[in-house]
Amino acid sequence: MRILNTDIIKNAVEKMCIEASYKIPENIVRCYYDALKIEESPLAKQILGQLIENANYAASNNVPSCQDTGMVVVFLKIGREVFLTGKPIEDMINEGVALGYEKGWLRKSVVSHPLERINTGTNTPAVIHFEFIDGDKVEITVMPKGFGSENMSAFAMLKPSDGIEGVRNFILDTVEKAGPNACPPLFIGIGLGGTAEKAMLLSKKALLRNPGYRSTIKKDAELELQLIDLLNQTGIGATGTGGTVTVFDVFVESYPTHIAGLPVAVNICCHAMRHKETVI
Amino acid sequence: MNEKRLVYPWTRKDVTSLKSGESVLITGTLYMARDAAHARMTDEFMTKGKFPFEPEGQAIYYSGPAPAPPGKIIGPAGPTTSGRMDKFTPLLLENGLYFMIGKGNRSSEVIDSIVKNGCAYMAATGGAAALLSRSIISQEIVSYPELGPEALRKLYVEDFPAIVIIDCNGNNLYEDGKRQYRKIHITAREDNAVKNPNKNTTG
Ligand code: SF4
Repeated sequence: MRILNTDIIKNAVEKMCIEASYKIPENIVRCYYDALKIEESPLAKQILGQLIENANYAASNNVPSCQDTGMVVVFLKIGREVFLTGKPIEDMINEGVALGYEKGWLRKSVVSHPLERINTGTNTPAVIHFEFIDGDKVEITVMPKGFGSENMSAFAMLKPSDGIEGVRNFILDTVEKAGPNACPPLFIGIGLGGTAEKAMLLSKKALLRNPGYRSTIKKDAELELQLIDLLNQTGIGATGTGGTVTVFDVFVESYPTHIAGLPVAVNICCHAMRHKETVI
Repeated sequence: MNEKRLVYPWTRKDVTSLKSGESVLITGTLYMARDAAHARMTDEFMTKGKFPFEPEGQAIYYSGPAPAPPGKIIGPAGPTTSGRMDKFTPLLLENGLYFMIGKGNRSSEVIDSIVKNGCAYMAATGGAAALLSRSIISQEIVSYPELGPEALRKLYVEDFPAIVIIDCNGNNLYEDGKRQYRKIHITAREDNAVKNPNKNTTG
């Protein structure tokens, strides 16, 4: 048994919020460069160039790459041999977020009640997902999620008879509707199966996969490749002004489901795919 | 890429000569406002008969900046999704606003109003906020300071990069650009929808 004071988690979250907002991960920026090589539209190329310059400028000047520094999604994987002491872990995560957003000059975009809409002034609460893993470590992932793209996410309960065709069409419709609003080129997380909320959660988790890595499930990997190809033929392009790179990658995560259902969740992330991981 | 320059004070002719698809470098005054400021401005107009700034000949940039770190004029300030301002836009265009800068689709009412009033809609690169803020030379709050990042601001920008999306003839780069690079014809289903307008063909 390893004893861990939740104070450490607060400090880690504070740091990760700032780093994620300032520095777009290298493997994401690599996607921008790769797209530049295959994009056919001169205007889209000019825009991809701006994204590269923006990412570099933000990282070297310690400023957020985008003004929408998001609502914070935290994935916490807690080792079964860890014993947490100190204040409740949710509180410490939220304190970490509040500190990070204050000290890092990040925009606070969270409002209290969705219908009253009073800014909480701290960018809290975060959305926190817990999971248990083997061992004595705690893995924390912080993902500041912008709402230009979150707003274009969608969910459907398809009929089993809709099959792969129905799944493809729903995803295509969702990306077409997102169009220029979600700041393409996009990363697309797909959650297939489970129940309604399970599918949605899978689609968000899918976004954390490294670009270029295919699902280990053959059927899902095939669907990913088909979708990348299909979505890049829509012509939407970088920022929606027309082009041949509309998505950088598509990640499918699936789960067994009920005989009567075919849940499909599409979580859309803009090119500013920001996240930061730490193992404690 | 050849960029056109647009320098303040812009004339109606400057605006009507903008063409969908053109890259533009803007120098001059822009008002910055997003959701909450638009709602308040519209309220003010309805109750007092005037906006907190005179829209005639001006332009609005849809953005809510991150806080300015010490020594900086403004924090990163990229465009926000324009569609949320659609319901407030025609009134501003009727009252002389020349153009807007944001990102994303506009409603057909806004497009009609752009055409009718000889205006334009441009986009700045969404997400390139750190870069765009370098073009902002000065900023002051005009109204609603309590709204924080949503306050109404007056900016002076230099060589601010934007792309004309919708011009005064109603040409729309989001549609034309997409058509130009489209390689599939998902129109099979669209055609179907046209032929059978009452049949819902989506999944
Ligand atoms: S969708 Fe992403 S890149 Fe676009 S404004 Fe929002 S956070 Fe920034």
